Formats: sequence, C-alpha cells, structure tokens
Amino acid sequence: MLKSLNVKKLSHSQLAIPLFALFLVIVFNAFRDISFFSIHVITNNYGNTVFSGNLISIINGASELAVLAIAMTLVTAATKGQDISVGAAAAIAGSVFVRVLRANDITMPIILLALVTACIVAIIFGLFNGALVAFFDIQPMIASLILFTAGRPIAYWINGGATPNVDSPLLSYIGSFIPGIPIPSPILIVIVFGILVTLALKFTNLGLYIQSVGINEKAARLNGINPVLMKLLAFMILGVCVSIAGAINVCRIGLINHETILIDIEMDAILAVAIGGNALSGGKFKLAGSVVGAYIIQALTITLYAMKVSSTAVKAYKAIVIIAIVVIGSPVVQQHAIQLRNRLFKKPIKLTENN
Amino acid sequence: MKNDTVLSMRGISKTFPGVRALHNVDFTLCKGEIHALMGENGAGKSTLVKVLTGVYQKDSGQINIDGIDREIRIKSPQEAQDSGISTVYQEITLCPNLTVAENMFIGRGNYRFINWRSREKRAGEILTKLKIPTSATRQLGTCSLAVQQMVAVARAVDMECKVLILDEPTSSLDEHEVELLFSLMRDLKSRGVGIVFITHFLEQVYEICDRITVLRNGELIGAYDIKDLPRFDLISKMMGKELDEISELQHHKKKEVGEDAPIVYEAFGLSSVEGIKPFDFEIKKGEVNGFTGLLGSGRSESVRAIFGADRITRGKIRINEKEAKISSPKDSMKHGIGYLPEDRKGDGIIEDLSVRENIILALQVLKGFFHPFPKAEAEAFADKYIKLLGIKTASMDTPIKSLSGGNQQKAILARWLLTNPQYLILDEPTRGIDIGTKVEIQKLVLKLAEDGVSVTFISSEIGEMLTTCSKLIVMRDRKIVGELKGEEMTQTKIMHTIAGEATQDA
Ligand SMILES: Nc1ncnc2c1ncn2[C@@H]1O[C@H](COP(=O)(O)OP(=O)(O)OP(=O)(O)O)[C@@H](O)[C@H]1O
Ligand SMILES: [Mg+2]
Repeated sequence: MLKSLNVKKLSHSQLAIPLFALFLVIVFNAFRDISFFSIHVITNNYGNTVFSGNLISIINGASELAVLAIAMTLVTAATKGQDISVGAAAAIAGSVFVRVLRANDITMPIILLALVTACIVAIIFGLFNGALVAFFDIQPMIASLILFTAGRPIAYWINGGATPNVDSPLLSYIGSFIPGIPIPSPILIVIVFGILVTLALKFTNLGLYIQSVGINEKAARLNGINPVLMKLLAFMILGVCVSIAGAINVCRIGLINHETILIDIEMDAILAVAIGGNALSGGKFKLAGSVVGAYIIQALTITLYAMKVSSTAVKAYKAIVIIAIVVIGSPVVQQHAIQLRNRLFKKPIKLTENN
Repeated sequence: MKNDTVLSMRGISKTFPGVRALHNVDFTLCKGEIHALMGENGAGKSTLVKVLTGVYQKDSGQINIDGIDREIRIKSPQEAQDSGISTVYQEITLCPNLTVAENMFIGRGNYRFINWRSREKRAGEILTKLKIPTSATRQLGTCSLAVQQMVAVARAVDMECKVLILDEPTSSLDEHEVELLFSLMRDLKSRGVGIVFITHFLEQVYEICDRITVLRNGELIGAYDIKDLPRFDLISKMMGKELDEISELQHHKKKEVGEDAPIVYEAFGLSSVEGIKPFDFEIKKGEVNGFTGLLGSGRSESVRAIFGADRITRGKIRINEKEAKISSPKDSMKHGIGYLPEDRKGDGIIEDLSVRENIILALQVLKGFFHPFPKAEAEAFADKYIKLLGIKTASMDTPIKSLSGGNQQKAILARWLLTNPQYLILDEPTRGIDIGTKVEIQKLVLKLAEDGVSVTFISSEIGEMLTTCSKLIVMRDRKIVGELKGEEMTQTKIMHTIAGEATQDA
C-alpha cells in the first residue's frame, strides 16, 4: 500500500490530505509547546524500562481505533455504508474474552483460547449484520442499529452483570509492555496486524473484488464475483478486528466494563475512514489513509487533553477540526484548489484565433 | 457572420491530465439547423458538448449564444438548461430509482409544489406522442436501455430550448425508433431550434443533417455543408486516411460451419426471471449466429439467460455435449463462455477502477481469489489489448470512466477477449464505436469464428448482423418466431419475419 514516498506522487494521491492534517496537528503542537514531543525513558510499575511521552500515548492509544478503522474501510467499500455497532460488538467480544479467562487459570494457551472464542463470537455477530445487508439489502447503518442497541445488554448478560477484573502479568504483556521491550505492545500488535493485512491484499484479490462490488455491483456479478459473499466477508473481517480491539482494551485496562469499553468508537472509526480520504459512499479505498486518520483523531484528542480542555468539551473541538478536514478533502474544495493552482502556476494557453 | 447564429464557440481548448481533448476548436450552429458533430472515438465530441454545458470548465476560448455579443460563462448543466440548451448526454444521466414521470420532470422549473398526478398524466401524453413503450409510473431502472434513451430524449425535447444537443442518442435504438426521433427533430427544426447531433451512423447523418463539423484528435478539421462532403470524404476526414476496408470486408467470406461440427452450447426450454418464453437454442463450434427483433422483443434477455446473467428458472443446458448447471455468471465463465453486456455503464465498466483492472477483471476472477496476477503480467495483458484494439487512454492506470464512450466499450471487449472464451456472447459490441473500428470488430468476430470460437452477436444494425452471422434467430414478444439461414437472410425477409408476416418459417 505505502509505496515509495515520492513527494510529487504523494501530492496527487488520496493520502495527501490526511498526511497534511497530521502535519498540521504536529506543527500546531510544536508551536504550542515543543516539549509535547519529548520522549522519556522511565521505569514503570512492573520495573520495566520503557518509553513514555505524548507521542507514545498517541500511537499506543490509537491502536484499537486503527484496527477498527481498517475493517470499517472494507465494510464501507463493499457495502456503501458503515457498521455503527463496532463498539457494542467489542463489548461483547471483550466480555466473552474475560469470561473464558476467568473460568480458567490464565496461561498463554488459555489467553489464545479466549481470543479465538471472542473472535468466533464477534464473527457470528458480524455475519448477522452482514446477512441483513447482503441478503436483505438493508442499509448497513440501519442493520447494525439492532446490535448497536442490543450489544451492550448482551455483554452485560455474558458476565452476569458484573464488571470483573482480570489480573495477570501475561495480560499486561499484551495490554502494556513485554519485559525488555520498551515499546507498548498494542503498537506492536497493530504493526503485525498491518503487515498481515497488507500481505492479504497483496496475495489475494480482496481489494479488487471489494472495490468492484462497491463501485458497480451488477457489473461485478457479471464478471463472476459473488457480491453477497464479498459483503459477508467484509463483515467477518470486521468481526475479527472487533475482537482484537476488544481484547487489547481489556488487557490494557485489566477489567471489562460493558457499559464503557470502547464507547463511541464507532464514530471515530467512521471518521478515520472519511479523514483518510475514503468515500463513505463506498468503492475505491486506501487502508493506509484510514490508519493515518485514526492517528489524527487520537493526536487531536491527546493534544486537547494536553491543553487542559475538559473531556466533555474535547468532543466539540474534535468535531470542529474534523469538519474542517472533511470539508478540505471534499471534491468541491479540491476542484477549486486545483483551479487555483492552475491559475497561479500555469501559463495560460495562448489563443491563436484570428477573428 | 450570419445573424441567425444561435451558438458559436471560438478557440475552445480543454486538457485533461495527460490528454489534450480539445485544441482551439471552433463550432457554429444556426437556427433551424441540424448539425452533425463527427469524429472517431476519443476525438473530443462529448468533451466539446460538456464544455458547452458546463460539465467541464474550458481552459480557453469563448462561447456566445443567440447572437449575444457578450461572451457567456456557463458554470453548470443547470445554468446551460436555463439559458436554453437542452442536452442528452452520451451516458444516460437519469435516476434509475425514480419513475419515468419523475425523471422527466425532476429539476425543471422552480415549482415549490409539484402535482405529481398531473405530471404523470402529462408524461403519459408525451410517451404516447413519442410512442415510447413504457408507462409513466414505471421505475426507470427496470426499462430497457432503449426506452431509457428515449425517455432522456423526451425529457430534453419537452423543455423550451434554443439549442438541443443529442450525444449518440440512437446508439441503442432500432430503425423504427430512430425514425420517430427524426420526425421529432424535424419538427423542432421547423420551429427554429438548432440541433447538434452526434452519431457514428453515417446513413443517419446523411438522412437528417444540414451541416457537418469534423473533429480529429481534439482538433477541428473543418465544417462543411452536407452536399459538399460525400460519405467517402467524410470518412477520410474523420480518420485522416482513406478507408477501403469496408469493401474489403465484403470479400471476406463468411464461413458456413459444417453440419457435423460439434455443438458447443445447447439449451432446451430455457427461461429466466426476466420472463422470456422458454426457448431452445444451439450453437456449433466456430458458428456465428445472432438474435434479432424489435426493441423489447427479448433478444437481450435471451442471451442473458444463456449466460445465466439473470437467474435461470427452467430449462436444461448442455455444454460440449455434457449436461451443465449454470446458476451464476461464474459457472458459465468456467465453461469458457464470455458475455459482453448491452448496458456498458450499468453492467460493464467498473467506473473508478483503472483501464488495466477493468481489462483483466474477468480473467482474474477465473484465475481465482487467491491468485492475483503479478503487476507486470497484468500490465502486459492490458498493454497487448490496448494496442490490439487501439484503445485511446492516457495510461493504463487511468480510471476507465474518463475514457470516451467508444474506448470504454473497447476495454470491455478486451476484457472478454482476454479470457480466450470458446463461446462469446456480444450484445451490441459496436455500440458507440466509430466506423473504422466497427469494421475492425466485425473482422475480429469473423477471425474468432475461423479460429473455432462460437459467437452470438446482437446488433440493432441489421447490416452488421448480415455481414457476420450465418444464422439469425428472430424474436417477437419475448418469443422466438423464426430462424433464417443462408439465402433467406436478406434485409426484407428479416423485416417481414420481425413484423410477423412470414409464418412459414422454420
Ligand atoms: N474526465 C476526463 N478525464 C480525463 N480524460 C478525459 C475525460 N473525459 C474525456 N477524456 C479524454 O478526452 C478525449 C476525448 O474524449 P471524448 O469523450 O470527448 O471523445 P468522443 O469524441 O466523445 O468519443 P466517443 O465517440 O468514443 O464517445 C479522450 O481521449 C478521453 O480519454
Ligand atoms: Mg462521446
């Protein structure tokens, strides 16, 4: 996906706007307080030597969002709509994860088992949404409204209404640090996941098929692609990502609170897709854009917190900045920008008429 | 300059990234004139129209309307409409989800309240007047392409206009509908409307037009009175070279397949959800046959059933003399069948994907989900067919939607040729394709047949079917009503069978 960073190529590409926005956030912080970027080496509660600082918390904190943004991009591309139940589904996946952990002594194989179980459950719920969309042609937002509403109550029921905590050094390896590695594990997970997705796109036709279905479903079908299958597949991938995000978050916090885990993340995930320059009406997509979008949103949040903006007000500020980014990226503004550039930098073509 | 000029364009230039679509083009249209705009695929005809109607902004040049000396700037199609320019674009731009009546009236005038009941009645009247076979309350997307094209025309002509632009309005119409359209155009002409008419059908130009402007490679070649520019000269002006291949094609012997040639595809009592009457069909190895019939007779629906594009409801299929089950297009593709659909925009192109991706799509799907072609291989395939068919594109990475209509068509044809099918179904393969390439494609079809590929060919031009097909299946009211072979295949005989006057057919 991320080809050679040829600047000229980049300025024409879909990634230009999100990268520019990220750049703005960084410049803004540099002027505000250059120490915002400082990275310290500290010793944490477990006695590990680790990196710490705002940059690290941004990249670390955006992990769940980045994973979800990738899947949301695929769903958007294939179905021309968004799943708004990812937060609720993550609550379910997280609850299943915790339930399996608590029923056993926590060992690595058990954690793996818990993750696989959570993954299967999340895929099933993904397929439920996917079936409504693919077979009954229901708008994805409407289809996922059901799970959006029912998801957290279901999560409540999984652990009998409790908000149990799970405590094990093994889990903290996943949620915070592996001893001897100074980089937070969620960052590493996202990197590994990103590589896997990139390989999947390279060694399968996932991208071609999903884009074809999203752009022209009828034509895709006549070329032998099964649109129903591709939509279901997108929702299944979303299920996998939801369970990964849920598990990371449980490990990070050490407990599951079905009411608050990854609350409102669906909106951030959709915004990440939009900021990444992907059309919410589906079709062509760029996963790298969405990932950058996820980091922009997190950077914004952390910046605002660093400026001591109250957490309620943060949402309002975020909304303003996001509107600005989406408007700048809109085709209308882009068109004007191109015209402006042509007028400024190109010599007008000389008229050679003679009447 | 004559003072009955209704539209003049001077020194128009327009460049897209990597393509100079128009370069210093002049165009003058008079009141009550039907003016043909001619040129090969990608010559810049549609671009000239779109610059005029504000779809694209021109890089330079000047446009005057209705003798107004002041230059006018049109920024959007809506503005063009308000200044009296009605347009039917090459690709249908109506809303498939709305009804016919809604499509005819939406976005017109500034009525706050619209009485849809009376609108429907008015739409119904227009439809009857123009003999368009559909009802005002029907959803447009469910109508055939020809009907959609007629509705687009009906919408445009019903508006008060000084200039009417028709960009390939006849590309999927039959002779009969074309006649209706022409009488309408003559009527408008007598009322002083200036009409710009774009087509690749030369006979239509000579039947109805007064003047011809020829473009080649984005440049103006000249504007001529129709009597000063005979057919042969027009062709050489468009192509920049003389065309003697048409006569050459006449000598090209149509190959008759022997009685004993193996049957490639055979269907018994085939019918689909589109409500086609169960029919039998067979095609032999290396045979070229065709479906013909009036608009709505079911010829497209029949080939769609053969390919499994619409769900097959009954019937048995045998491929290579073995029973085959076709429940999706993929099944037919696996049996080596290719299908080029009639509706290029709706069923053919994947707009935002590149020319390369569009060309390799079918072969890629056949190769499988887990086996993407390496980029170099895909590029080699695309490159080969871009050269072979002369597809005009800035590069193979250009999104297919920015190609000219005819070049998009070539890319879709390339897609199916690339799969190397044993049986190829072509529904209007030359739709929107210029005269030179049309001959090329007919030759290609005959060449394929020589190499043992079976082809089913549909065209609204009977002449084209006569040159390529060795058997014609005639349809009426979604039913096969006759089959013509060899000596029987003459223009008149076909017309009679279509009209149902010959009942003694096989
Ligand atoms: N939106 C666009 N972006 C980039 N290139 C374009 C765009 N529209 C047209 N072109 C290019 O401009 C040239 C002229 O195209 P145009 O559609 O005007 O041809 P045309 O004469 O109408 O051909 P046809 O007979 O095939 O419809 C073509 O080479 C085409 O690739
Ligand atoms: Mg055109």
